[in-house]
Amino acid sequence: MDAYMPSTTLFVLLLPFIAAIFAPALTRLFKHNAAWLLAIVPVAIFWHFSSFLPDVSRGEVVTGGYQWIPAFRVNFSWLIDGLSLTFALLISGIGALIVLYSGGYLKNHPHLGRFFSFILMFMGSMLGLVTSDNFLMFFVFWELTSITSFLLIGFDHKREASRRAALQALVVTGGGGLFLLAGLLLIWNVTGISEMSLLLLSHGALADSPFYIAIFVLVLGGAFTKSAQFPLHFWLPNAMEAPTPVSAYLHSATMVKAGVYLLMRLNPVLGDTVAWETVLPIFGGTTLIIGTLLAIRQTDMKLMLAYTTVSSLGLLVMLTGFGNEKAVEAAVLYLVAHSMFKGALFMVAGAIDHEAGSRDVTKVGGLMSSMPIIFAAAFASAFSMAGLPPFFGFLAKEEIYAGLWHVEAWPLLLTLVAIVGNGLMFVIGFAVALKPFLGERKAPNGHVHDGPILLWLGPAILAICSLVTALFSSVTHAFISSPMSTAVEGEPVSVHISIIPHIGMPLLLSLVTIAFGIVAYRNLARMREAMARLLAAIGWGPDKGFDQFIRGTVRISFHVTQIVQPGRLEFYMKTTFIVLAIAVLVPMFMFDELPGLPTMPESLSFYETAIMAIAAAGLLSVLYAKDRLTAIVSLGIQGFAVALLFMLFGAPDLSFTQFMVETLSVVILALAMTRLRLTPADHRPAGKKVVDMIISVIGATAFVMLLLKVTQLPFDATLSEFFTRYSLSIAHGANIVNVILVDFRGTDTWGEIAVVMVAGLAILSLIRIQLRPAVPIATNDPSEEERR
Amino acid sequence: MRTLIFRTVAPFLSSLMVLFSVFVLLRGHNEPGGGFIGGLIAASAFAIYGIACGVSPVRRALYFHPMAIAGAGLMMATIAGLLSIFTGVPFMTGLWVYIPVFGEELALSTVLLFDVGVYFVVVGAITSIALALEERSTD
Repeated sequence: MDAYMPSTTLFVLLLPFIAAIFAPALTRLFKHNAAWLLAIVPVAIFWHFSSFLPDVSRGEVVTGGYQWIPAFRVNFSWLIDGLSLTFALLISGIGALIVLYSGGYLKNHPHLGRFFSFILMFMGSMLGLVTSDNFLMFFVFWELTSITSFLLIGFDHKREASRRAALQALVVTGGGGLFLLAGLLLIWNVTGISEMSLLLLSHGALADSPFYIAIFVLVLGGAFTKSAQFPLHFWLPNAMEAPTPVSAYLHSATMVKAGVYLLMRLNPVLGDTVAWETVLPIFGGTTLIIGTLLAIRQTDMKLMLAYTTVSSLGLLVMLTGFGNEKAVEAAVLYLVAHSMFKGALFMVAGAIDHEAGSRDVTKVGGLMSSMPIIFAAAFASAFSMAGLPPFFGFLAKEEIYAGLWHVEAWPLLLTLVAIVGNGLMFVIGFAVALKPFLGERKAPNGHVHDGPILLWLGPAILAICSLVTALFSSVTHAFISSPMSTAVEGEPVSVHISIIPHIGMPLLLSLVTIAFGIVAYRNLARMREAMARLLAAIGWGPDKGFDQFIRGTVRISFHVTQIVQPGRLEFYMKTTFIVLAIAVLVPMFMFDELPGLPTMPESLSFYETAIMAIAAAGLLSVLYAKDRLTAIVSLGIQGFAVALLFMLFGAPDLSFTQFMVETLSVVILALAMTRLRLTPADHRPAGKKVVDMIISVIGATAFVMLLLKVTQLPFDATLSEFFTRYSLSIAHGANIVNVILVDFRGTDTWGEIAVVMVAGLAILSLIRIQLRPAVPIATNDPSEEERR
Repeated sequence: MRTLIFRTVAPFLSSLMVLFSVFVLLRGHNEPGGGFIGGLIAASAFAIYGIACGVSPVRRALYFHPMAIAGAGLMMATIAGLLSIFTGVPFMTGLWVYIPVFGEELALSTVLLFDVGVYFVVVGAITSIALALEERSTD
């Protein structure tokens, strides 16, 4: 557990973000060919992480990092074991292909540079997520993937559908992230551990904790939103509004697997309980079936693939929750297989869309001869998706059945679920891979071909990977599958499955699946119609529910705002004074802390009496003023009198400031008052006047009593003595008040002038708004928007 | 309020007040005064000038938008705080240099720079509010 190449790993984790900064400039220079240059970044990352393979395959866990906030034991630390290494290699490997593919797919797009930048930022966040050791670092990267996904889904920000999908994805996954944060903090609190690597060594500490169920629910809240489990799956198909490279990368190969990653990561410490082995298979199985059924309904290739992604995630969750060793191996194999074939199929769908002009399977056909390379890649990937040899998907499916099959009621049910799910995925895989290429030739665009190398390189390489990893399965298992299964299971596991079929139950179940798939494929159109009718009959879905939820929230906050912010100054003043009176008077009476009577001075000099008389006279004239302007000026009289008192009692700075503040507030109030078209005098009815008077008298009494009490408490002179002693010697100033303001408490003053500045800006903009009354002021009433 | 007497006196009064405000600002460290009070005095000077002669002469005289002045002030105060970091002491620690000028010692400090920043923020923010309000009253 030594820090192996610590600085290089740190640099590699930051590299995508650095590249993201330079991506727009490079794209301006080299146009879409910048993709070749930018792809060097993920390739370098891939190369760096491959260097860990020998160590990790021997079962070592590599950790390293730096202290971040040592006081809270928050570190910037990474953990590289079989699980995170496989993810890191998938992210960087597929990432490189996606960067190249984006260059071809978004060629000549005006914001290609921005797109590269977002994709690279996402890559960095996702890499950080899977390699994080520290909980908080993990959470930060988790949310960063949500944010970058938001930016990428909303990339085409001029379309409302994109904006809605982006917001929806952010609300669902970001909200789930908050659950996760709570869960991680709870784990931290219960165990006192803040690092994944240490948590994994504490066997049983969480499962025996009384907070287990709370932790379990919170972690699932994070994992299920991110990995789109039913009924929170709806954001994922909507996220298909994003450009195809994004769908291929984020919403099939990597980001949506973050939830599965989390479950796999915590499986050794949270798993092996009744809750885990019941809840995960139920949610996963439901998601698997519903996802495939909804996929059948679609004709848009991207949406078909998106729904099968939902079901694949369901399958992964189900397998992770199932708990036995074979099921974990199956989950690992399927995860790797899925990233390869689904990434490739998405890129195929995008390439067809790009070249033929549509990605609706009913609108394109017969493209095999025009797009031979794309067809080959699609066909191979569909084989893998269907679980047919000699592709990697086959290994995964054999292992799934090996893991699930038992002659007891519960596993039998799950096996059935898996057969239906896999069979329907077989259908969709071939529908996407065959329908556009076979049959009668039709395409909205006339001239169709494979397109530039940037467009077909990605799917071709992924298809080849699906084949090669399966052919050399012993190598794949040694470096990828076994170390990853070991990390998920928490104890040494070695995977042996190869493409040579073994006679046994899994093979039989595979044959059943294939037979079911072929029958279903032939009846695809009929099933699609049946599903469409069924969905129309139900008429409500979580997607609609989301809209209702958002609308409801807006409406509630509108009504709450109307109650607490009626926009009437009188209401605010009354509330303020009442609260002030309660806050001061209630504790005073409760704790019997009433002030004593003030001591009267022995003798008052003539001018002291005179100044107080002036203050009183000012107040009286406020009360009897005929109009508002007179009242404002009279209030100024009282203020000046108080300033004079300050002067007499030895506070020249305070008095000075009071003079200026009084002057300016009279001027500004008068200016503001003349602008507000108010009646010159106030015409409140007598009853209201009495109520207002009572409130103001009570508020004033409370304040006077508070001041009296404060002056009667023993005076702590420590601070005054400190400032008097050190003002000149440390701060070189004789005026203590000023020295405190600009030196001793300079940071406070700095904050205050920032407030003055911001308040000035706010007032200025308020005045400006009022200058143009022609613009109708928005009421923000949601019902208005609906009416429109 | 545009009486002849007021209009004639206002420019002189205002310039005297601005001069006085600078004096108050600079003496502040050792005697009553300082950036905040100085800023308030200067702001009232501009307000008076605006009431007497209208807003556009004030804006012309100020040259910069008052909010820009406030922003510059905040920037100066921030820089004054940050300078201390380069000498390895915490944020906002006062630094002093004594420059001999004509045989006298001129004390310059980041504290003074900070106080000048405060002065500009107060002048800028309050003047911009006052002028905006006056503008509406003259329109």
